[in-house]
Amino acid sequence: MNPLFRLPRLSTRFIPVWQRNYLVWKKLAIPSILGNLADPMLYMLGLGYGLGSLLPDVGGMPYLTFLAAGTVAYSTMNAATFEVLYSSFSRMHVQRTWDAILNAPMTLDDVMLGELTWAASKSLLSGVAILAVIWGLGLYGNFWMTLWIIPVVALVGFCFGGMGLVMNAVSPSYDFFLYYFTLVITPMVLLCGVFFPVSQLPAAVQSVSAWLPLTHAIDLARPLVVGNIPDNIALHVIALLVYGSLGYIVALALTRRRLLK
Amino acid sequence: MLKVRGLTKKYGDTEVVRGLDLTVRRGECFGLLGPNGAGKTTTLRLLLGLVEPDGGSIELAGIAVPQRAREARMKVGVVPQMDNLDPDFSVRENLLAYGRYFGMSKAAVTARVPELLDFAGLASKADAQIAQLSGGMKRRLTLARALVHDPDILFLDEPTTGLDPQARHLIWQGLRRLINAGKTIVLTTHFMDEAERLTDRLAILDHGRVVVEGAPRALIETHIEPAVVEVFGEGLTDWTSQHAADLCQRFETVGETLFCYTSTPDIVIDALKHAPALRYLHRPSNLEDVFLKLTGRDLRD
Repeated sequence: MNPLFRLPRLSTRFIPVWQRNYLVWKKLAIPSILGNLADPMLYMLGLGYGLGSLLPDVGGMPYLTFLAAGTVAYSTMNAATFEVLYSSFSRMHVQRTWDAILNAPMTLDDVMLGELTWAASKSLLSGVAILAVIWGLGLYGNFWMTLWIIPVVALVGFCFGGMGLVMNAVSPSYDFFLYYFTLVITPMVLLCGVFFPVSQLPAAVQSVSAWLPLTHAIDLARPLVVGNIPDNIALHVIALLVYGSLGYIVALALTRRRLLK
Repeated sequence: MLKVRGLTKKYGDTEVVRGLDLTVRRGECFGLLGPNGAGKTTTLRLLLGLVEPDGGSIELAGIAVPQRAREARMKVGVVPQMDNLDPDFSVRENLLAYGRYFGMSKAAVTARVPELLDFAGLASKADAQIAQLSGGMKRRLTLARALVHDPDILFLDEPTTGLDPQARHLIWQGLRRLINAGKTIVLTTHFMDEAERLTDRLAILDHGRVVVEGAPRALIETHIEPAVVEVFGEGLTDWTSQHAADLCQRFETVGETLFCYTSTPDIVIDALKHAPALRYLHRPSNLEDVFLKLTGRDLRD
Protein backbone atom coordinates (compact mmCIF):
# COMPACT_ATOMS: atom_id res chain seq x y z
CA MET A 1 0.00 0.00 0.00
CA ASN A 2 1.18 3.52 -0.69
CA PRO A 3 2.81 4.71 2.54
CA LEU A 4 1.09 8.08 2.15
CA PHE A 5 -2.24 6.44 2.90
CA ARG A 6 -1.13 4.34 5.85
CA LEU A 7 -3.63 4.66 8.69
CA PRO A 8 -2.64 6.99 11.53
CA ARG A 9 -0.60 5.54 14.38
CA LEU A 10 -1.80 7.30 17.48
CA SER A 11 0.26 7.70 20.62
CA THR A 12 0.63 10.05 23.55
CA ARG A 13 3.59 11.68 21.84
CA PHE A 14 1.20 14.32 20.53
CA ILE A 15 1.15 15.88 24.02
CA PRO A 16 4.32 18.04 23.63
CA VAL A 17 2.79 19.49 20.45
CA TRP A 18 -0.44 20.32 22.25
CA GLN A 19 1.62 21.75 25.09
CA ARG A 20 3.65 23.92 22.71
CA ASN A 21 0.48 25.50 21.34
CA TYR A 22 -0.97 25.90 24.82
CA LEU A 23 2.16 27.69 26.10
CA VAL A 24 2.14 30.11 23.18
CA TRP A 25 -1.58 30.73 23.58
CA LYS A 26 -1.10 31.39 27.30
CA LYS A 27 1.15 34.33 26.48
CA LEU A 28 -1.60 36.01 24.49
CA ALA A 29 -4.57 34.51 26.28
CA ILE A 30 -6.49 37.67 27.05
CA PRO A 31 -6.55 39.26 23.58
CA SER A 32 -7.11 35.80 22.13
CA ILE A 33 -10.10 35.13 24.37
CA LEU A 34 -11.56 38.55 23.63
CA GLY A 35 -11.03 38.14 19.90
CA ASN A 36 -12.51 34.65 19.88
CA LEU A 37 -15.47 35.27 22.11
CA ALA A 38 -16.56 38.86 21.76
CA ASP A 39 -17.68 38.47 18.18
CA PRO A 40 -20.14 35.57 18.54
CA MET A 41 -21.40 36.98 21.81
CA LEU A 42 -22.16 40.36 20.27
CA TYR A 43 -24.04 38.75 17.40
CA MET A 44 -25.96 36.53 19.75
CA LEU A 45 -26.97 39.30 22.12
CA GLY A 46 -27.56 41.91 19.43
CA LEU A 47 -29.69 39.71 17.21
CA GLY A 48 -31.16 37.84 20.14
CA TYR A 49 -32.54 40.94 21.84
CA GLY A 50 -32.98 43.17 18.79
CA LEU A 51 -34.52 40.71 16.39
CA GLY A 52 -35.89 38.51 19.14
CA SER A 53 -38.14 41.28 20.47
CA LEU A 54 -39.92 41.37 17.08
CA LEU A 55 -40.45 37.61 16.94
CA PRO A 56 -42.81 35.15 18.60
CA ASP A 57 -41.30 31.95 20.02
CA VAL A 58 -39.03 30.22 17.55
CA GLY A 59 -38.85 26.43 17.63
CA GLY A 60 -40.89 26.52 20.83
CA MET A 61 -38.59 28.84 22.77
CA PRO A 62 -37.73 32.56 22.97
CA TYR A 63 -35.55 33.63 20.02
CA LEU A 64 -32.61 34.57 22.26
CA THR A 65 -32.55 31.04 23.68
CA PHE A 66 -32.90 29.56 20.21
CA LEU A 67 -30.02 31.66 18.94
CA ALA A 68 -27.86 31.06 22.01
CA ALA A 69 -28.09 27.30 21.52
CA GLY A 70 -27.12 27.68 17.86
CA THR A 71 -24.30 30.05 18.77
CA VAL A 72 -22.69 27.49 21.09
CA ALA A 73 -22.21 25.16 18.14
CA TYR A 74 -21.44 27.90 15.64
CA SER A 75 -18.86 29.60 17.81
CA THR A 76 -17.16 26.27 18.54
CA MET A 77 -17.08 25.46 14.84
CA ASN A 78 -15.55 28.82 14.01
CA ALA A 79 -12.89 28.65 16.72
CA ALA A 80 -11.77 25.16 15.70
CA THR A 81 -11.80 26.05 12.01
CA PHE A 82 -9.79 29.23 12.46
CA GLU A 83 -7.23 27.42 14.57
CA VAL A 84 -6.51 24.61 12.11
CA LEU A 85 -6.69 26.88 9.10
CA TYR A 86 -4.79 30.05 9.92
CA SER A 87 -2.80 29.07 13.01
CA SER A 88 -1.84 25.55 11.97
CA PHE A 89 -0.94 26.82 8.50
CA SER A 90 1.37 29.42 10.03
CA ARG A 91 3.08 26.73 12.06
CA MET A 92 3.31 24.28 9.17
CA HIS A 93 4.05 26.47 6.18
CA VAL A 94 5.25 29.88 7.32
CA GLN A 95 7.21 29.24 10.52
CA ARG A 96 8.20 25.67 9.59
CA THR A 97 7.60 24.65 13.18
CA TRP A 98 6.34 21.25 12.02
CA ASP A 99 9.58 20.61 10.13
CA ALA A 100 11.57 21.30 13.29
CA ILE A 101 9.38 18.93 15.30
CA LEU A 102 9.64 16.21 12.65
CA ASN A 103 13.44 16.21 13.02
CA ALA A 104 12.86 15.05 16.59
CA PRO A 105 11.54 11.51 17.14
CA MET A 106 8.02 12.61 16.22
CA THR A 107 5.85 11.65 13.28
CA LEU A 108 3.39 13.71 11.30
CA ASP A 109 0.67 11.59 12.95
CA ASP A 110 1.78 12.97 16.33
CA VAL A 111 2.09 16.56 15.12
CA MET A 112 -1.35 16.62 13.50
CA LEU A 113 -3.01 14.87 16.43
CA GLY A 114 -1.46 17.57 18.63
CA GLU A 115 -2.88 20.25 16.36
CA LEU A 116 -6.30 18.58 16.28
CA THR A 117 -6.57 18.14 20.04
CA TRP A 118 -5.34 21.69 20.52
CA ALA A 119 -7.97 23.08 18.13
CA ALA A 120 -10.61 21.08 20.00
CA SER A 121 -9.34 22.42 23.35
CA LYS A 122 -9.32 26.00 22.18
CA SER A 123 -12.77 25.75 20.64
CA LEU A 124 -14.01 24.11 23.84
CA LEU A 125 -13.22 27.39 25.51
CA SER A 126 -15.24 29.30 22.92
CA GLY A 127 -18.23 27.02 23.34
CA VAL A 128 -18.06 27.09 27.13
CA ALA A 129 -17.87 30.90 27.12
CA ILE A 130 -21.19 31.04 25.25
CA LEU A 131 -22.52 28.46 27.67
CA ALA A 132 -21.47 30.75 30.52
CA VAL A 133 -23.54 33.54 28.98
CA ILE A 134 -26.47 31.12 28.75
CA TRP A 135 -26.04 30.38 32.45
CA GLY A 136 -25.62 34.03 33.32
CA LEU A 137 -28.78 35.08 31.52
CA GLY A 138 -30.70 32.05 32.76
CA LEU A 139 -31.54 30.93 29.25
CA TYR A 140 -31.49 27.23 30.16
CA GLY A 141 -34.22 24.76 31.16
CA ASN A 142 -32.24 22.52 33.47
CA PHE A 143 -28.77 23.49 34.70
CA TRP A 144 -27.49 19.92 35.14
CA MET A 145 -28.61 19.06 31.65
CA THR A 146 -26.57 21.95 30.23
CA LEU A 147 -23.38 20.39 31.59
CA TRP A 148 -23.73 17.78 28.81
CA ILE A 149 -23.10 20.63 26.40
CA ILE A 150 -19.42 20.62 27.45
CA PRO A 151 -18.59 17.20 25.95
CA VAL A 152 -20.77 18.06 22.95
CA VAL A 153 -18.69 21.18 22.37
CA ALA A 154 -15.44 19.19 22.62
CA LEU A 155 -16.80 16.77 20.03
CA VAL A 156 -17.84 19.61 17.72
CA GLY A 157 -14.35 21.11 18.03
CA PHE A 158 -12.81 17.74 17.16
CA CYS A 159 -15.13 17.39 14.15
CA PHE A 160 -14.38 20.79 12.62
CA GLY A 161 -10.70 20.62 13.57
CA GLY A 162 -10.36 17.38 11.62
CA MET A 163 -12.24 18.77 8.62
CA GLY A 164 -10.24 21.99 8.60
CA LEU A 165 -6.93 20.13 8.62
CA VAL A 166 -7.80 18.86 5.14
CA MET A 167 -7.90 22.46 3.92
CA ASN A 168 -4.65 23.16 5.70
CA ALA A 169 -3.06 20.23 3.84
CA VAL A 170 -4.01 21.42 0.37
CA SER A 171 -3.76 25.18 0.75
CA PRO A 172 -1.02 27.06 -1.12
CA SER A 173 -1.55 30.25 0.92
CA TYR A 174 -3.81 31.96 3.42
CA ASP A 175 -6.03 33.30 0.61
CA PHE A 176 -7.16 29.79 -0.21
CA PHE A 177 -9.01 29.51 3.11
CA LEU A 178 -11.55 32.04 1.94
CA TYR A 179 -12.98 29.37 -0.38
CA TYR A 180 -13.58 27.11 2.56
CA PHE A 181 -15.37 29.83 4.48
CA THR A 182 -17.42 30.97 1.50
CA LEU A 183 -18.26 27.53 0.16
CA VAL A 184 -18.48 25.41 3.31
CA ILE A 185 -18.66 27.30 6.58
CA THR A 186 -21.01 30.16 5.68
CA PRO A 187 -23.54 27.97 3.82
CA MET A 188 -23.49 25.63 6.79
CA VAL A 189 -24.27 28.47 9.17
CA LEU A 190 -27.30 29.36 7.06
CA LEU A 191 -28.49 25.80 6.39
CA CYS A 192 -28.01 24.12 9.75
CA GLY A 193 -30.34 26.03 12.03
CA VAL A 194 -28.15 28.56 13.79
CA PHE A 195 -30.35 31.60 13.09
CA PHE A 196 -33.66 29.97 12.14
CA PRO A 197 -35.13 26.47 12.26
CA VAL A 198 -34.13 24.11 9.45
CA SER A 199 -37.87 23.43 9.01
CA GLN A 200 -38.19 26.86 7.34
CA LEU A 201 -36.08 25.64 4.41
CA PRO A 202 -37.45 23.94 1.28
CA ALA A 203 -37.65 20.16 1.67
CA ALA A 204 -34.81 19.48 -0.76
CA VAL A 205 -32.49 21.81 1.13
CA GLN A 206 -33.57 20.25 4.42
CA SER A 207 -32.43 16.85 3.23
CA VAL A 208 -29.00 18.32 2.43
CA SER A 209 -28.90 20.02 5.80
CA ALA A 210 -29.50 16.70 7.55
CA TRP A 211 -26.11 15.49 6.31
CA LEU A 212 -24.12 18.50 7.46
CA PRO A 213 -22.04 18.25 10.65
CA LEU A 214 -23.24 21.57 12.08
CA THR A 215 -26.83 20.26 11.97
CA HIS A 216 -25.79 17.29 14.09
CA ALA A 217 -24.01 19.62 16.50
CA ILE A 218 -27.05 21.86 16.89
CA ASP A 219 -29.44 18.91 17.17
CA LEU A 220 -27.45 17.88 20.23
CA ALA A 221 -26.87 21.31 21.77
CA ARG A 222 -30.31 22.94 21.42
CA PRO A 223 -32.41 20.37 23.31
CA LEU A 224 -29.77 20.33 26.06
CA VAL A 225 -30.10 24.11 26.50
CA VAL A 226 -33.87 23.86 26.80
CA GLY A 227 -33.63 20.89 29.14
CA ASN A 228 -34.68 18.03 26.85
CA ILE A 229 -32.83 14.85 25.98
CA PRO A 230 -31.83 15.11 22.31
CA ASP A 231 -33.30 12.65 19.78
CA ASN A 232 -31.00 10.22 17.98
CA ILE A 233 -28.01 10.95 20.22
CA ALA A 234 -25.97 8.06 18.82
CA LEU A 235 -26.53 9.15 15.23
CA HIS A 236 -25.36 12.71 15.93
CA VAL A 237 -22.35 11.64 17.97
CA ILE A 238 -21.27 9.11 15.36
CA ALA A 239 -21.75 11.64 12.54
CA LEU A 240 -19.52 14.19 14.29
CA LEU A 241 -16.91 11.53 15.10
CA VAL A 242 -16.89 10.26 11.53
CA TYR A 243 -16.54 13.73 10.00
CA GLY A 244 -13.69 14.60 12.38
CA SER A 245 -11.84 11.27 12.07
CA LEU A 246 -12.17 11.07 8.30
CA GLY A 247 -10.94 14.64 8.10
CA TYR A 248 -7.91 13.78 10.22
CA ILE A 249 -7.09 10.64 8.21
CA VAL A 250 -7.46 12.34 4.82
CA ALA A 251 -5.57 15.42 6.04
CA LEU A 252 -2.74 13.22 7.32
CA ALA A 253 -2.38 11.47 3.95
CA LEU A 254 -2.45 14.77 2.06
CA THR A 255 0.02 16.42 4.43
CA ARG A 256 2.38 13.44 4.16
CA ARG A 257 2.34 13.98 0.43
CA ARG A 258 2.96 17.69 0.96
CA LEU A 259 5.78 17.54 3.53
CA LEU A 260 7.36 14.10 3.43
CA LYS A 261 7.95 13.42 -0.21
CA MET B 1 28.01 5.37 12.84
CA LEU B 2 26.35 5.72 9.46
CA LYS B 3 26.25 3.10 6.75
CA VAL B 4 24.42 3.64 3.48
CA ARG B 5 24.30 1.03 0.73
CA GLY B 6 22.76 1.36 -2.73
CA LEU B 7 20.35 4.12 -1.68
CA THR B 8 17.91 5.22 -4.39
CA LYS B 9 15.05 7.70 -4.47
CA LYS B 10 12.84 8.63 -7.40
CA TYR B 11 10.43 11.53 -7.72
CA GLY B 12 8.22 10.63 -10.62
CA ASP B 13 10.64 9.77 -13.41
CA THR B 14 13.58 11.70 -11.96
CA GLU B 15 16.08 9.69 -9.97
CA VAL B 16 17.30 12.14 -7.34
CA VAL B 17 19.49 9.64 -5.51
CA ARG B 18 20.98 6.90 -7.67
CA GLY B 19 22.73 4.12 -5.80
CA LEU B 20 24.45 6.04 -3.04
CA ASP B 21 27.04 4.34 -0.80
CA LEU B 22 28.43 6.15 2.24
CA THR B 23 30.22 5.18 5.41
CA VAL B 24 30.81 7.63 8.24
CA ARG B 25 32.88 6.47 11.19
CA ARG B 26 32.35 7.41 14.81
CA GLY B 27 33.92 10.74 15.73
CA GLU B 28 34.44 11.74 12.14
CA CYS B 29 33.39 14.98 10.47
CA PHE B 30 32.07 14.04 7.06
CA GLY B 31 31.19 16.49 4.29
CA LEU B 32 28.57 16.08 1.58
CA LEU B 33 29.35 18.43 -1.27
CA GLY B 34 27.63 18.89 -4.57
CA PRO B 35 26.07 21.46 -6.86
CA ASN B 36 22.44 22.50 -6.38
CA GLY B 37 20.15 19.59 -7.14
CA ALA B 38 22.87 16.98 -6.60
CA GLY B 39 20.66 15.29 -3.99
CA LYS B 40 22.31 16.48 -0.77
CA THR B 41 19.20 17.60 1.09
CA THR B 42 17.17 14.63 -0.15
CA THR B 43 19.94 12.36 1.11
CA LEU B 44 19.78 13.94 4.58
CA ARG B 45 15.99 13.54 4.63
CA LEU B 46 16.37 9.89 3.64
CA LEU B 47 18.96 9.33 6.37
CA LEU B 48 16.55 10.74 8.97
CA GLY B 49 13.73 8.52 7.75
CA LEU B 50 11.59 11.50 6.77
CA VAL B 51 11.34 10.18 3.22
CA GLU B 52 10.93 6.54 2.23
CA PRO B 53 13.73 5.35 -0.07
CA ASP B 54 12.92 3.35 -3.21
CA GLY B 55 15.86 1.04 -2.62
CA GLY B 56 18.99 0.40 -0.60
CA SER B 57 19.69 0.26 3.11
CA ILE B 58 20.53 2.81 5.81
CA GLU B 59 21.94 2.11 9.23
CA LEU B 60 22.17 5.15 11.49
CA ALA B 61 23.84 4.77 14.89
CA GLY B 62 23.38 1.03 14.46
CA ILE B 63 19.62 1.38 13.84
CA ALA B 64 17.86 0.50 10.58
CA VAL B 65 16.18 3.46 8.85
CA PRO B 66 13.39 4.02 7.88
CA GLN B 67 12.09 0.93 9.74
CA ARG B 68 13.15 2.28 13.16
CA ALA B 69 13.62 5.92 12.19
CA ARG B 70 12.04 7.21 15.37
CA GLU B 71 14.62 5.46 17.55
CA ALA B 72 17.41 6.57 15.25
CA ARG B 73 16.31 10.21 15.45
CA MET B 74 16.71 10.03 19.24
CA LYS B 75 20.45 9.84 18.58
CA VAL B 76 20.63 12.55 15.94
CA GLY B 77 20.63 16.33 16.18
CA VAL B 78 19.58 18.27 13.07
CA VAL B 79 20.47 21.79 11.96
CA PRO B 80 18.23 22.43 8.96
CA GLN B 81 19.05 24.62 6.01
CA MET B 82 16.31 27.11 6.78
CA ASP B 83 15.97 28.43 10.29
CA ASN B 84 12.84 27.08 11.90
CA LEU B 85 13.19 28.31 15.44
CA ASP B 86 9.87 28.86 17.14
CA PRO B 87 9.20 32.62 16.78
CA ASP B 88 6.52 32.52 19.48
CA PHE B 89 9.06 31.51 22.12
CA SER B 90 12.09 33.13 23.71
CA VAL B 91 15.59 31.66 23.32
CA ARG B 92 15.29 29.61 26.51
CA GLU B 93 11.74 28.48 25.73
CA ASN B 94 12.87 27.25 22.33
CA LEU B 95 15.29 24.87 24.01
CA LEU B 96 12.73 23.76 26.59
CA ALA B 97 10.06 23.09 23.97
CA TYR B 98 12.48 21.19 21.76
CA GLY B 99 13.62 18.96 24.60
CA ARG B 100 10.01 17.92 25.20
CA TYR B 101 9.77 16.60 21.62
CA PHE B 102 12.50 14.14 22.63
CA GLY B 103 10.48 13.07 25.63
CA MET B 104 12.80 14.83 28.08
CA SER B 105 11.42 15.95 31.42
CA LYS B 106 11.29 19.65 32.16
CA ALA B 107 13.93 19.20 34.89
CA ALA B 108 16.28 17.39 32.52
CA VAL B 109 16.07 20.11 29.84
CA THR B 110 16.24 22.95 32.36
CA ALA B 111 19.46 21.47 33.70
CA ARG B 112 20.97 21.48 30.23
CA VAL B 113 19.89 24.98 29.22
CA PRO B 114 22.77 26.98 30.80
CA GLU B 115 25.37 24.75 29.18
CA LEU B 116 23.67 25.01 25.78
CA LEU B 117 23.29 28.79 26.01
CA ASP B 118 26.92 29.02 26.96
CA PHE B 119 27.93 26.88 24.02
CA ALA B 120 25.93 29.12 21.68
CA GLY B 121 27.30 32.28 23.27
CA LEU B 122 23.74 33.33 24.07
CA ALA B 123 23.81 33.27 27.85
CA SER B 124 22.91 36.96 27.99
CA LYS B 125 20.07 36.46 25.48
CA ALA B 126 18.20 33.71 27.32
CA ASP B 127 14.98 35.70 27.48
CA ALA B 128 15.27 37.46 24.12
CA GLN B 129 12.65 36.88 21.46
CA ILE B 130 13.78 35.16 18.26
CA ALA B 131 13.02 38.21 16.12
CA GLN B 132 15.61 40.18 18.11
CA LEU B 133 18.45 37.79 17.22
CA SER B 134 20.90 38.30 14.36
CA GLY B 135 21.29 35.66 11.66
CA GLY B 136 24.42 34.30 13.33
CA MET B 137 22.74 34.09 16.73
CA LYS B 138 19.79 32.23 15.22
CA ARG B 139 22.12 29.70 13.64
CA ARG B 140 23.97 29.21 16.92
CA LEU B 141 20.69 28.73 18.74
CA THR B 142 19.59 26.22 16.11
CA LEU B 143 22.86 24.37 16.70
CA ALA B 144 22.34 24.44 20.46
CA ARG B 145 18.77 23.23 19.96
CA ALA B 146 20.08 20.27 17.95
CA LEU B 147 22.22 19.32 20.97
CA VAL B 148 19.43 19.48 23.54
CA HIS B 149 19.17 15.67 23.87
CA ASP B 150 22.96 15.17 23.69
CA PRO B 151 22.96 13.27 20.37
CA ASP B 152 25.82 11.09 19.16
CA ILE B 153 25.63 12.38 15.62
CA LEU B 154 24.80 15.76 14.12
CA PHE B 155 23.39 16.51 10.68
CA LEU B 156 24.01 20.05 9.44
CA ASP B 157 22.49 21.22 6.17
CA GLU B 158 24.51 24.20 4.94
CA PRO B 159 25.17 25.50 8.44
CA THR B 160 26.83 28.77 7.43
CA THR B 161 24.94 29.78 4.28
CA GLY B 162 23.94 33.43 4.49
CA LEU B 163 26.21 34.31 7.41
CA ASP B 164 28.89 36.99 7.50
CA PRO B 165 32.55 35.92 8.03
CA GLN B 166 32.50 36.66 11.77
CA ALA B 167 29.39 34.56 12.29
CA ARG B 168 30.80 31.74 10.14
CA HIS B 169 33.97 31.59 12.21
CA LEU B 170 31.92 31.36 15.40
CA ILE B 171 29.93 28.44 13.99
CA TRP B 172 33.16 26.73 12.93
CA GLN B 173 34.59 27.14 16.43
CA GLY B 174 31.46 25.56 17.85
CA LEU B 175 31.67 22.66 15.42
CA ARG B 176 35.34 22.10 16.23
CA ARG B 177 34.49 21.90 19.91
CA LEU B 178 31.88 19.27 19.10
CA ILE B 179 34.34 17.31 16.98
CA ASN B 180 36.87 17.43 19.81
CA ALA B 181 34.18 16.23 22.19
CA GLY B 182 33.85 13.13 20.01
CA LYS B 183 30.59 13.89 18.19
CA THR B 184 30.13 12.52 14.71
CA ILE B 185 29.18 15.21 12.22
CA VAL B 186 27.68 15.02 8.75
CA LEU B 187 27.46 18.36 7.00
CA THR B 188 26.46 19.58 3.58
CA THR B 189 27.99 22.75 2.27
CA HIS B 190 28.61 24.85 -0.81
CA PHE B 191 31.70 26.39 0.72
CA MET B 192 34.84 24.53 -0.20
CA ASP B 193 36.91 26.33 2.40
CA GLU B 194 34.42 25.20 5.03
CA ALA B 195 34.75 21.60 3.88
CA GLU B 196 38.54 21.84 3.71
CA ARG B 197 38.71 23.30 7.20
CA LEU B 198 36.28 21.07 9.03
CA THR B 199 35.92 17.69 7.43
CA ASP B 200 38.08 14.63 7.87
CA ARG B 201 36.59 13.09 4.76
CA LEU B 202 34.09 14.22 2.21
CA ALA B 203 32.10 12.96 -0.73
CA ILE B 204 31.29 15.03 -3.79
CA LEU B 205 27.80 14.21 -5.04
CA ASP B 206 26.51 14.88 -8.50
CA HIS B 207 23.30 13.65 -10.13
CA GLY B 208 22.53 11.56 -7.06
CA ARG B 209 25.80 9.64 -7.02
CA VAL B 210 29.12 9.88 -5.21
CA VAL B 211 31.60 11.19 -7.78
CA VAL B 212 34.59 11.01 -5.48
CA GLU B 213 35.27 10.43 -1.81
CA GLY B 214 38.27 11.00 0.44
CA ALA B 215 40.16 13.36 2.72
CA PRO B 216 40.21 16.94 1.35
CA ARG B 217 44.02 17.14 1.00
CA ALA B 218 44.24 13.71 -0.59
CA LEU B 219 41.54 14.67 -3.11
CA ILE B 220 43.45 17.80 -4.07
CA GLU B 221 46.67 15.84 -4.45
CA THR B 222 45.20 13.05 -6.53
CA HIS B 223 42.79 14.97 -8.72
CA ILE B 224 44.49 18.20 -9.53
CA GLU B 225 47.85 19.80 -10.29
CA PRO B 226 49.32 21.56 -7.21
CA ALA B 227 49.16 25.15 -8.52
CA VAL B 228 46.82 27.34 -10.53
CA VAL B 229 47.69 30.48 -12.48
CA GLU B 230 44.60 32.46 -13.41
CA VAL B 231 45.35 34.74 -16.36
CA PHE B 232 43.16 37.60 -17.60
CA GLY B 233 43.46 40.84 -19.55
CA GLU B 234 43.92 42.20 -23.07
CA GLY B 235 45.24 39.72 -25.66
CA LEU B 236 44.39 36.64 -23.63
CA THR B 237 43.01 34.74 -26.63
CA ASP B 238 46.24 35.07 -28.62
CA TRP B 239 48.43 34.22 -25.66
CA THR B 240 46.31 31.17 -24.88
CA SER B 241 46.52 29.79 -28.41
CA GLN B 242 50.30 30.34 -28.54
CA HIS B 243 51.44 29.25 -25.09
CA ALA B 244 48.83 27.55 -22.95
CA ALA B 245 49.24 24.07 -24.39
CA ASP B 246 53.02 24.14 -23.87
CA LEU B 247 53.11 25.77 -20.43
CA CYS B 248 50.12 24.28 -18.63
CA GLN B 249 49.54 20.64 -17.80
CA ARG B 250 45.84 21.32 -18.16
CA PHE B 251 43.99 24.53 -18.95
CA GLU B 252 40.53 25.87 -19.54
CA THR B 253 39.14 29.25 -20.52
CA VAL B 254 36.11 30.41 -18.64
CA GLY B 255 34.69 33.70 -19.85
CA GLU B 256 37.60 36.16 -19.84
CA THR B 257 39.88 34.05 -17.64
CA LEU B 258 42.35 31.29 -18.43
CA PHE B 259 42.81 28.71 -15.69
CA CYS B 260 46.26 27.19 -16.06
CA TYR B 261 46.82 24.10 -13.87
CA THR B 262 50.48 23.24 -13.40
CA SER B 263 53.11 21.76 -11.11
CA THR B 264 55.65 24.32 -12.37
CA PRO B 265 53.96 27.71 -11.93
CA ASP B 266 57.31 29.57 -12.12
CA ILE B 267 57.66 28.71 -15.79
CA VAL B 268 54.20 30.10 -16.52
CA ILE B 269 54.88 33.26 -14.56
CA ASP B 270 58.22 33.78 -16.35
CA ALA B 271 56.46 33.48 -19.68
CA LEU B 272 53.80 35.97 -18.57
CA LYS B 273 56.48 38.60 -17.93
CA HIS B 274 56.78 38.90 -21.72
CA ALA B 275 53.09 39.77 -22.00
CA PRO B 276 52.72 42.92 -19.85
CA ALA B 277 49.10 43.51 -20.91
CA LEU B 278 48.06 40.32 -19.12
CA ARG B 279 47.49 40.12 -15.41
CA TYR B 280 47.57 36.94 -13.38
CA LEU B 281 46.84 35.39 -10.01
CA HIS B 282 49.00 32.56 -8.75
CA ARG B 283 47.63 30.34 -6.00
CA PRO B 284 47.83 26.77 -4.70
CA SER B 285 45.03 24.61 -6.05
CA ASN B 286 42.19 23.91 -3.68
CA LEU B 287 39.10 21.83 -3.22
CA GLU B 288 37.05 24.15 -5.38
CA ASP B 289 39.27 23.30 -8.35
CA VAL B 290 38.66 19.61 -7.70
CA PHE B 291 34.96 20.26 -7.36
CA LEU B 292 34.74 22.21 -10.61
CA LYS B 293 36.86 19.67 -12.45
CA LEU B 294 34.62 16.81 -11.37
CA THR B 295 31.20 18.45 -11.57
CA GLY B 296 31.79 20.90 -14.40
CA ARG B 297 31.19 24.61 -14.58
CA ASP B 298 27.59 24.57 -15.80
CA LEU B 299 25.01 26.35 -13.66
CA ARG B 300 22.60 23.92 -12.03
CA ASP B 301 19.64 26.13 -11.21
